[in-house]
Amino acid sequence: MSDRLTRGLEAMRAQMDTRVMSYMSSCVHCGICAEACLFYTETGDARYTPIYKTEPLRKLWRQEYTFWGKLAASMGLSSKLAEQDLADWEELVYDGCTMCSRCSLVCPMGIDIAYMIRKVKEGLAAAGFSPEGLVEAGKRAVEIGSPMGVTLKTLQATIRVQEKETGLVIPLDVAGADYLCLLSSGEVAGFPEFIGSLAKIFKATGVSWTLSSEYFEATNTGVQLGNSKMAATLVERVVAAAEKLQVKTVISPECGHAYSTIRWDAPNFIGRPLPFEVVHIMELLDELRSDGRLKTAGFADEKLSYHDPCNAGRRGGVLDQPRKLLNMVAPNFVELPETGAMNWCCGGGGGVSSNERADALRLKVFSAKKRQLDAVRPAALVTACSNCRHMLEDGLEENEMHDIELLGITELIADHLAEENS
Amino acid sequence: MFAQLVDGIFWDIALWVFALGVLWRILSIFRVRNKPDYSVPRGSGLVGAIGANLRRFMPRAEMVSRTRLHVVAGYLFHLGLFALLLFAAPHVLFIEEQTGLGWTPMPYWAFIVAAQLAFIGLLLLWIHRVMHPVTRLISDADDHIAAILTFVVMLTGCMALIEEFDGLRVLHRFMVELWLVYFPFSRLMHAFMFIPSRAFTGAWFGRRGVKA
Repeated sequence: MSDRLTRGLEAMRAQMDTRVMSYMSSCVHCGICAEACLFYTETGDARYTPIYKTEPLRKLWRQEYTFWGKLAASMGLSSKLAEQDLADWEELVYDGCTMCSRCSLVCPMGIDIAYMIRKVKEGLAAAGFSPEGLVEAGKRAVEIGSPMGVTLKTLQATIRVQEKETGLVIPLDVAGADYLCLLSSGEVAGFPEFIGSLAKIFKATGVSWTLSSEYFEATNTGVQLGNSKMAATLVERVVAAAEKLQVKTVISPECGHAYSTIRWDAPNFIGRPLPFEVVHIMELLDELRSDGRLKTAGFADEKLSYHDPCNAGRRGGVLDQPRKLLNMVAPNFVELPETGAMNWCCGGGGGVSSNERADALRLKVFSAKKRQLDAVRPAALVTACSNCRHMLEDGLEENEMHDIELLGITELIADHLAEENS
Repeated sequence: MFAQLVDGIFWDIALWVFALGVLWRILSIFRVRNKPDYSVPRGSGLVGAIGANLRRFMPRAEMVSRTRLHVVAGYLFHLGLFALLLFAAPHVLFIEEQTGLGWTPMPYWAFIVAAQLAFIGLLLLWIHRVMHPVTRLISDADDHIAAILTFVVMLTGCMALIEEFDGLRVLHRFMVELWLVYFPFSRLMHAFMFIPSRAFTGAWFGRRGVKA
């Protein structure tokens, strides 16, 4: 047995828990999960069936944890999980799954398939079967502090530009602030106006906040890669930055997986509760709205729709807040079909966006999102995730849907702040 | 001789294998344990677990058109099977003999309807399994053995209605015994394991405030 197979098997064995074993024991191979997966519905390729993507884990479970599997293995009647199995599943798991969890909501047996795919990733990553783009992003995340290579100097330059544009001070390393806001590299590099929008809203609502020069990255490539050790390392950096600035609450920015990671998974990666609360920026803005501190004026009159980021919505529970915020400024807000917890993924979650090898497939399966948009044909599509926004931009461009504008919800709110706020 | 074995020791063995096998299987699953979840919940895991167990009996509205065959055939089979199991006159009589508990059996015509629905459902599911590219790819020997064994149990059960030939009753009971012995080591365990599966997922999503 090769070293990499040994590492992969050990990593997958460590993933076996009651949940996995219950799921494996209840699956009846009905195939309904395929009907919820955009990689199957948009390609018709049965290999993209979600439960099939867990095959390496199932094979290991069967050969080591079941009566027939153990019997067959002891008699040499079954083929053992091999290095080639891991190699064969790399593309299915990393290119053909965004960890969107739509499948997890439709399985009649109640199997959280995304939970198991995440565990397969642990085995593949440990065995060295991960896409180069994602591996490199992981290295940059650990070495530079950003999967895109965004450095502190870049952030500082961005802050200066935003301060100039807004005329406001953007706080950096303010000890004792109430909130520490994390940022995704995608926001710093692609949508820096998000930072300016935060400054405007927080100034208007009197929120005490800060950014950290120690660590500002919200995303966690360890999660996307399936490397819990790396994930824990990156979480500890957030914890250290928050503790150093003595903040009570950490804000997850407009990034789906960043939110589900820091809000829900982070304490489990480090094996202890976080020493601070975590809120998604939508949760905070909605709280400010319900407290009467956030007031808006004027409306975006065009027809607007909302794209739920999978990890903020389906896997994160931030579903109502963006809608309440949109209702403040968008009288012509129209829901997409199959929205909310059952929204279709942008196609680039779960690390697919960092995996150049998957670009063609990602753009092909965008047809699910296109179908939703064609049904409503909004003038603008609003979302609360910079990664989704990048992916949606790509998809709209690819499909020549130039008439649909893309907006970040925080910017939309900032553009409609009432004078009385300030 | 064979009939005596089937009605005697074979039946006892089958019941013990079934009961101990299911127990062993469930204990071996729960022995592994889940890691603790240190995140601060937004909603109730318990409510989520119960909700998911109830909600997953029906497909989500968004999935109805894509899962019509699964749902219709699945319900035809399972409802037909449970009706036969619990309300077929010979079964009611058998249970009464064994436990002292009895209830009103369904009439003969209802037996025929239930049997036909169960057969139609099972056959539709099995044809779908072998014809559809997705189920064909993900199915294994266990899926087919479980389906065929269940089919044979139902078929011999219908044949056993011809009470003049006791051999048919013995054959049916023997097939049931094989089915009971196979159950704990096979995918038939989903009959028990769907409950914790739904509960785990429902609780996980429920803590996040999402109805699963």
